[in-house]
Amino acid sequence: MANIKRIKVGTASCGLAAGSGAVLEAVKRNAGNIPVVEVGCIGHCYAEPIVEVECEDGSSIFYSRVAGTDDAARKIIALSDEGRFSIPEKRASLEKNIVTRLAGRINPVDLAEYRANGGFEALKRAFSMKPEDVVEEVKKGGLRGRGGGGFPTGMKWSFLAAKKVPEKVLICNADEGDPGAFMDRSMMESVPYQVLEGMLIGAYATGATKIFIYCRAEYPLAIKHLTLAIEEMKKAGLDQLAGREKPLEITIKEGAGAFVCGEETAMINSLEGHRGTPRFRPPFPTDSGWNGLPTAINNVETFANIPPLIAMGGEAFASVGTEKSKGTKIFALAGDVKNPGLTEVPMGITLAEIVYDIGGAEKGSVKAVQTGGPSGGCIPAEHFDVKIDYDSLKELGAIMGSGGLIVIGKNRCMVETARYFLSFTHRESCGKCTFCRVGTTRMYETLERIVAGNGTEEDIAFLEDLGPKIRKGSLCGLGQTAPNPVLSTLRFFRNEYEAHVKDHVCDAMECRALVDVKLNTDKCIHCGLCIRTCPVSAIGPDFKVDNAKCTRCNSCIEVCPKKAISRVRKGEGFNSSISK
Amino acid sequence: MSEEFSYLNQLGSDKGDLIKGLQLVQSREGYVSDEAICAVSKHFSVPEAEVEGVLTFYAQFKRVKPGKYQISVCDGTACHIKGSTQIQAWVSAELGIKDGETTPDGLFSLVTVACLGCCSLAPVLSINGKVYGKLDRKGLTRILNEYRKMK
Ligand SMILES: Cc1cc2nc3c(=O)[nH]c(=O)nc-3n(C[C@H](O)[C@H](O)[C@H](O)COP(=O)(O)O)c2cc1C
Ligand code: FES
Repeated sequence: MANIKRIKVGTASCGLAAGSGAVLEAVKRNAGNIPVVEVGCIGHCYAEPIVEVECEDGSSIFYSRVAGTDDAARKIIALSDEGRFSIPEKRASLEKNIVTRLAGRINPVDLAEYRANGGFEALKRAFSMKPEDVVEEVKKGGLRGRGGGGFPTGMKWSFLAAKKVPEKVLICNADEGDPGAFMDRSMMESVPYQVLEGMLIGAYATGATKIFIYCRAEYPLAIKHLTLAIEEMKKAGLDQLAGREKPLEITIKEGAGAFVCGEETAMINSLEGHRGTPRFRPPFPTDSGWNGLPTAINNVETFANIPPLIAMGGEAFASVGTEKSKGTKIFALAGDVKNPGLTEVPMGITLAEIVYDIGGAEKGSVKAVQTGGPSGGCIPAEHFDVKIDYDSLKELGAIMGSGGLIVIGKNRCMVETARYFLSFTHRESCGKCTFCRVGTTRMYETLERIVAGNGTEEDIAFLEDLGPKIRKGSLCGLGQTAPNPVLSTLRFFRNEYEAHVKDHVCDAMECRALVDVKLNTDKCIHCGLCIRTCPVSAIGPDFKVDNAKCTRCNSCIEVCPKKAISRVRKGEGFNSSISK
Repeated sequence: MSEEFSYLNQLGSDKGDLIKGLQLVQSREGYVSDEAICAVSKHFSVPEAEVEGVLTFYAQFKRVKPGKYQISVCDGTACHIKGSTQIQAWVSAELGIKDGETTPDGLFSLVTVACLGCCSLAPVLSINGKVYGKLDRKGLTRILNEYRKMK
């Protein structure tokens, strides 16, 4: 048997939420003098808590869903066969770990370990080039911004580099506002040095003298790791760029819970201490940004792409991907899939490969995926053979977005999904533009009406009319994209809207107002669990669910050991106020 | 400035740190009181109205004192798809409070948030920052009971 070199426990947010804190303690208690280290996330979040045993001979054994007990820890240290985990072959053959190569494999805050694995080699290479040649290299790599817009990074950098002023600003957009996306969180938690190295190279290439990292407050661990990493970097003198008199200023700023602050000009306002409302453009931030200084903003994943791009050279980087979208993309896969988590795949992979082969969703169980979050659109399963890149997704009325990819199962209602997104955008609209502020609110109210069973056909026509107007009448991307979830569901799932307004039916049984709850007496064993659980006493001693009282909270459906209770179409259940 | 908020002095008076100042207050007090707004206004030399304007823009800031255990139910996309509406309803039913409210004993308060970044474990909630995933009705009751016992 191979000798154990060290044991790694994944303690990124996803691991901790799955209970890896207790696992870490247990392993430490039992490891004797074997070193135990905390690492980030390898992307297989569904298998957390994950423990990796690194052997002297260079091989590794993974254990998944580890319990936080001494017993489980001892078994791992004995290299038991039980609970071993191997990355499914099909998934491994589709993934391409260029940007996430080190994620979850190294101690996130250990500078020496990052260096031992090739860290800061790219920075060294960059210093051996002229700043303008670094920008050229990024252009050659064809890297496009990973924050959603897909703007060519090299071009953005060349705008900033062209400004000949003593002070310039580079901002790292770590606001990750798309609810359902967690690529940036994971990169900051797992490989903070890589993200920072990307920023240092960016500052060198563009002549930026000041860096802000604007991180959402919901990510305390990411902020902690970045803070530690910046301290270590400063101690090692890495903030001193080649050819500069003064070291680079790097500041972390915490966001305060406003989606719109992910937009560039709103972020700049927020960084200046104002309300985070977007500014009119022009002037573009590269002309006049933070405190009037030329400013460029890039996303976390964009920065994380820079070290591998510079290390391998632009040409090699551009050999992966499609004609207009180069390299890889990290997707955060969640929703109705068996294996949610992070996956880095080459651009040009199909949605089917991501959803079925990587996510492990069963064919036939999926209705659609939603990309790009509240700004994006849904793509129905019939179109899953589309090759993913910035342009192909746009043609389908969706967007690449930042990488959130939510799988929507057959049992979900698309009208409700659209309502959900509008409830988000109308709340997050900053209120500056009338069409965004009032328009999204009207859209939301209309959708509320439809899911409540009170919609009419005119409501559908109204949504279709209003959508393009909101797009045109909004200053920033929030309003310009807010109608997308509605328009794309209307395009592909119009039948569901029509069933809601014409027949008052929600086939997915999701819309509360359009369903009843019914207990199937043939299956019932009279255990009484449902009666005790019901918060509104809607289930009588005769085991009848009274839909006049029932709030459709699903508690009884969840607790029933025999699955005897289910949602049925409105009118099919018992209702004391209708039938006595 | 009143003694109570003298910790603001650890920040400079640069207006760019106004949000940071409010965050500092909230991390100390749990919320931002009227007195805190006065103190922040003086510290950064920004009118009180503007401080309040900034504060109300950002969802993070609370104007009323939250409970000892702050429950944030995630209603991000992944959690919504996985039934967070139900989770919200259950927490409300268990505690007898709605979104934004605090229990009369001051033990729990409830807010809805959009995405805690643990979407792979949806549906999730967090209590004072500790995240619980893959929730179901039983698990939820167990978690709440644990906190009730701790008092
Ligand atoms: C409403 C709105 C929210 C946004 N949220 C984010 C975000 O959370 N993270 C991000 O990186 N970009 C976000 N963006 C995109 C940014 O404005 C900007 O395009 C991006 O940070 C540029 O970086 P990149 O070129 O590296 O992608 C958002 C845009 C809009 C309009
Ligand atoms: S959607 Fe709930 S954690 Fe992301």
